[in-house]
Amino acid sequence: MKKVVMGNHAVSYGVRASEVKVISAYPITPQTHVVELLSELVANGEIDAKFIKVESEHSAMAACVGASAAGSRAFTATSSQGLLLMTEMLHWAVGARLPIVLTNVNRAIGPPWSIWTDQNDSLSMRDVGWIQIYCESNQETQDAIPQAFKIAEEVNLPVMLVLDAFFLSHTYEIVDLLETEQVRDFLPPYNPEIKLDTNDPHSFGNLASPDYYMELRYMIEEAMNDARSVIKRVGKEFGEHFGRYYDMVVPYRCDDADVILVTSGTVASTTRAVIDEMRDEGIKIGALKIRVFRPFPFKEVSDILCSTKKVAVLDRNISFGNHGVFYQEVKSALYGKTDIPIIGYVLGLGGRDVTPKVIREIADKAIKDKNPEPYINWIGVKR
Amino acid sequence: MREARIPTEELMGSGHLACQGCGATIAMRFALKALGRETILVIPACCWAVIDGTFPHSAVDIPIFHTAFETAAVTASGVKAGLEMRGDFETTVVAWAGDGGTFDIGLQALSGTAERNDDIIYVCYDNEAYMNTGIQRSSSTPVGSWTTTTPVTNYKKRPKKNMVDIMAAHAIPYIATASVAYPEDLIRKFKKAKAIKGTKYIQVLAPCPTGWKLSPELSIWAARKAVTSKVYPMLEITENGNKLTVWKDFEPTSFKEYIKPQGRFRHLKENEIEEIAKGVESSWQRLLAREKMLASIPGLDT
Repeated sequence: MKKVVMGNHAVSYGVRASEVKVISAYPITPQTHVVELLSELVANGEIDAKFIKVESEHSAMAACVGASAAGSRAFTATSSQGLLLMTEMLHWAVGARLPIVLTNVNRAIGPPWSIWTDQNDSLSMRDVGWIQIYCESNQETQDAIPQAFKIAEEVNLPVMLVLDAFFLSHTYEIVDLLETEQVRDFLPPYNPEIKLDTNDPHSFGNLASPDYYMELRYMIEEAMNDARSVIKRVGKEFGEHFGRYYDMVVPYRCDDADVILVTSGTVASTTRAVIDEMRDEGIKIGALKIRVFRPFPFKEVSDILCSTKKVAVLDRNISFGNHGVFYQEVKSALYGKTDIPIIGYVLGLGGRDVTPKVIREIADKAIKDKNPEPYINWIGVKR
Repeated sequence: MREARIPTEELMGSGHLACQGCGATIAMRFALKALGRETILVIPACCWAVIDGTFPHSAVDIPIFHTAFETAAVTASGVKAGLEMRGDFETTVVAWAGDGGTFDIGLQALSGTAERNDDIIYVCYDNEAYMNTGIQRSSSTPVGSWTTTTPVTNYKKRPKKNMVDIMAAHAIPYIATASVAYPEDLIRKFKKAKAIKGTKYIQVLAPCPTGWKLSPELSIWAARKAVTSKVYPMLEITENGNKLTVWKDFEPTSFKEYIKPQGRFRHLKENEIEEIAKGVESSWQRLLAREKMLASIPGLDT
């Protein structure tokens, strides 16, 4: 059924379709509508789940950890400061190998207070061990949820889905809503072999000596690497069920492009419009959207970018002292494979609008800019 | 309190990693005798995170989920919800935390669980300081006590936080204190808690010979003297906070006798001991007065 819904509600409907059993969340702007609609769907019986209304995000993730360890499918949603408060338990979910799904609405971090979008919240969690998927539309935002559970439950790692504050969370778009019955064929009920069970008692997470700890970390890395093929397969299976296919990256008019703009989130859609405009002018330019950030799609990124002459990475985030995060990652993916210029552009922090005009300015600049000075170009900063 | 019926089944092995005379270990042994096999433990950072043993071993014969320091209560809430959504309404879920994880860092999550009245038993084994990290003061450390962060030249000047009152303010169905010196009473309280739906809070005095600078063989002695000297009253709060029952059927002993073998109080001068003893007596009187006051309000305890 097609319906016009806001991004946040697309999240809630994705949760409904995925037969989540335990939800625990704490409200934060701009995620609030997610928990409001979920409360309603649980109260009116559309979702057969327990909703633990906790006193903090830290507790929200702890409740999800407990529920998942007991063998139930668990979900939470948060944003910005809330995600930061969860940090300790985000690590716990990974170490305990629990397939929890979290939707994070990208919001800038204070101070100064900002409720508007940028990616520094989720990207500051890049080394935690969560699979991270960046969504571009409300449809993607909804579709990502059953996919995320399928991936998580196969590799025993949690998945973080990310959408831009306001540009998606509060924006209404047509979404083909998933029905629970349809999704059941795609995503079977969660019934893990290993869980808290009084008939098979084990101690989970107790003190591990240096003889064991490293192997357990190695297994997480193995799972993260396995996730690459699982994410691709699940994206394909989803397509076979629902007609919408998903992959690690989404190239756009890259084949003969002299310059490729690398993007993520809602900036990707705006960029495509600019690419079309420039192609009409005869400029050979393309765009590459990175959908899956962890595990990082090294192969896909290098396969596509090695065939071009110049790469411009658009970062709605900043890793102070070392460029934008996507820039770092793209550069590391291309290391030793090519010597083409890779130029980084930082833009749109704290929700500053990234309009087609801004993207065009970057594209024109990228065509002219010589590698690699300056490394970071701050776009639109008033100095 | 004299009923001597202790189940013989042992759910805790002797191969644990606790210090000699550890009250927390005795508390677990008796608690599990009361609760039985259909129990899942959630343990945050505390002595018991270590006592359980190192991977891949465990000192108890029931499932344990080890969790982060401040999350015992809410992780247990999550486990309970997870079990119920799988159709298991029988298993008792127990959060088992020290006083640091209860009085201090875990207070917020515990308050949340209690306010929602989630169906778990929350146990604080109270050894009155951060013992696992090597004896630093917590808000459960009694006035007058030495710890490594309250040296004798600046010993703890503030009284122990009244955690029982805080829990009573949440109007939960069952609150009790217990002491490892009275195992029959402890078992009775755990069995009672198991039969009640909602959040149950049991605070067990668990002497720490290492941290109290006490001979290990005096652990049970101290756990008894704490009660008979009125330092650690044995009580139950039922009827959602409206009924208080204080155990008074004991031969009172002196505060001075209780603290004498404990090195953590050795620096106290006579006048300081008298001052603290006065405080103990007034707390006791206040408790009895409240018991009487609550009982005098018609219809309150129903």
